[in-house]
Amino acid sequence: MKKIGTIIRKEWAEVFKNRMVIFTVAFLPLLMTALPLVIIYSTRGSASADSLNSQISSEMITAMCPSGLSGAECFQVFMISEFMMLFLIVPVAIPVTIAAYSIVGEKTTRSLEPLLATPITTVELLVGKCLAAVIPAVLATYAAFGIFALGSWLIVANKMLLTALLDARWLIAIFIVGPLLAIMAVAFSLMVSSRVNDPRVAEQISMVIIVPVLAGFFGQVAGLFVVNRQVITVTAMIMLALDVLLVFLTTRVFQRESILTRWK
Amino acid sequence: MILTENITKQFGSVLAVDSLSLDVREGEVFGFLGPNGAGKTTTVRMLTSLIGPTSGTATVNGLVLGKQDTEIRRTVGVLTETPGMYDNLPAEYNLRIFAELYEVKDVRGQVEKYLRMLGLWERRFDSAGTFSKGMKQKLAIARALLHEPRILFLDEPTAGLDPEAAHLVREFIAELKKEGRTIFLCTHNLDEADRLCDRVAVFKTHLLVLDTPSNLRASIFGRKVVFHLAAVDEAMLAAVRALSFVREVKIVENKLLVTLEDPETYNPEVIRTLVKAGAEIQFVGELRHSLEEVYLQLVRSA
Repeated sequence: MKKIGTIIRKEWAEVFKNRMVIFTVAFLPLLMTALPLVIIYSTRGSASADSLNSQISSEMITAMCPSGLSGAECFQVFMISEFMMLFLIVPVAIPVTIAAYSIVGEKTTRSLEPLLATPITTVELLVGKCLAAVIPAVLATYAAFGIFALGSWLIVANKMLLTALLDARWLIAIFIVGPLLAIMAVAFSLMVSSRVNDPRVAEQISMVIIVPVLAGFFGQVAGLFVVNRQVITVTAMIMLALDVLLVFLTTRVFQRESILTRWK
Repeated sequence: MILTENITKQFGSVLAVDSLSLDVREGEVFGFLGPNGAGKTTTVRMLTSLIGPTSGTATVNGLVLGKQDTEIRRTVGVLTETPGMYDNLPAEYNLRIFAELYEVKDVRGQVEKYLRMLGLWERRFDSAGTFSKGMKQKLAIARALLHEPRILFLDEPTAGLDPEAAHLVREFIAELKKEGRTIFLCTHNLDEADRLCDRVAVFKTHLLVLDTPSNLRASIFGRKVVFHLAAVDEAMLAAVRALSFVREVKIVENKLLVTLEDPETYNPEVIRTLVKAGAEIQFVGELRHSLEEVYLQLVRSA
């Protein structure tokens, strides 16, 4: 455990010396928080919301709108739900930036060999590197959600609407699916980082992991499915299984010998 | 301290190390010499359990390679070919990371000890990236010593250093030897090997020779004694040549160059013979072949 802590502190010391990384970690959550807040603010009790409401499938809206809310309020709930998937980009995009560089960066600076020459085990090294990327992403997601919840509380007058906005779907999405997505993104990025020889290639390939989340967002916007409690719960379970598989594969892909001898 | 029996490493169809058997003794500086691509770094990586051998067995500090790898890494220190420091981090923090990974008890104390010993204490808060090559190399040596290993693997410790920095590193290696540490030294610098090593192995995929530098000279070139004479003539040459223990004798200007097995035993006899033949001996000395000559002779004939 102590060695894992050392690796995490080392990674953070290196990563957060780079102001662009700090910018990436801070900017995306702020953007993803500001967008839904602006939507809530701009659509509160407006007539346009009611008119838009009629243009969108009433099935989709009623599926997620509790009784007792006005049409405009239901529309707000609907719009915010659309943003939920976009919100989940945060725990995927942030750690990719950190994890993709993690192994290949040490290859290019030649610091990997002295590191592997220490008595650290492969699992300790990978867990350290994984957590170093996952923790900031999860914290940034939680912080962004906290700001979003606070902002919603300040903007929304109807507390029923607030309850609907911050229902179990959101909580499962943010507190369970978010960290699972972060682990998935990091495991995938570490795998890529172990195999490639150029940090830019690692980052480009690792970014592919955002595609399923974007697909979910666009699928929802296109009305292909509604993210209700069942969908988000099933997603969480699938993510858990996927994470176990990816973490296992990451430890298999990280071969000390081939990383040292194939790297020139 | 290090015992290998026929360790072999093959990368696909490329044979990097072929049946290497070594016995590195405790407290000695063991020079591992060979041309680029000879397999020296691969051997160091195997012995530090960074990579596994394809076949053969080895023990390092009594620990079995392939079975006690983590323990081996815990007890040896490695200076890799390139320092590989975290350039964005301060020198002191670079060492602290490794002290923690090596499970050093007094992290702060050990880091301070080696930063002071290597003259880096005043620069401890500077990023390693701002250091000169020599300073980085010293920092890497400090990193290899933090956990006080009894066995040290040094891969090209003075490569690319200016003469002053290289001298400092060599002095430091000599100090480590005095402390009784076993040092496995890979180097291209044959003068350095000659000065520091108790024994050297010349290696090119497989072991060519292993002996002390002086024995290698004697076995390859024989021992040559130079007799500086006031004047030299054919009679003197013939008299010396007639001696049974003399392998070869040549005249070079006013010097007689005599190759023989054991100068300490036979020099008085040669001197008596020369004096009897009328020679006026001004000076007697041994012609010392450099380790470089020995090395080149071995590697070219391999």
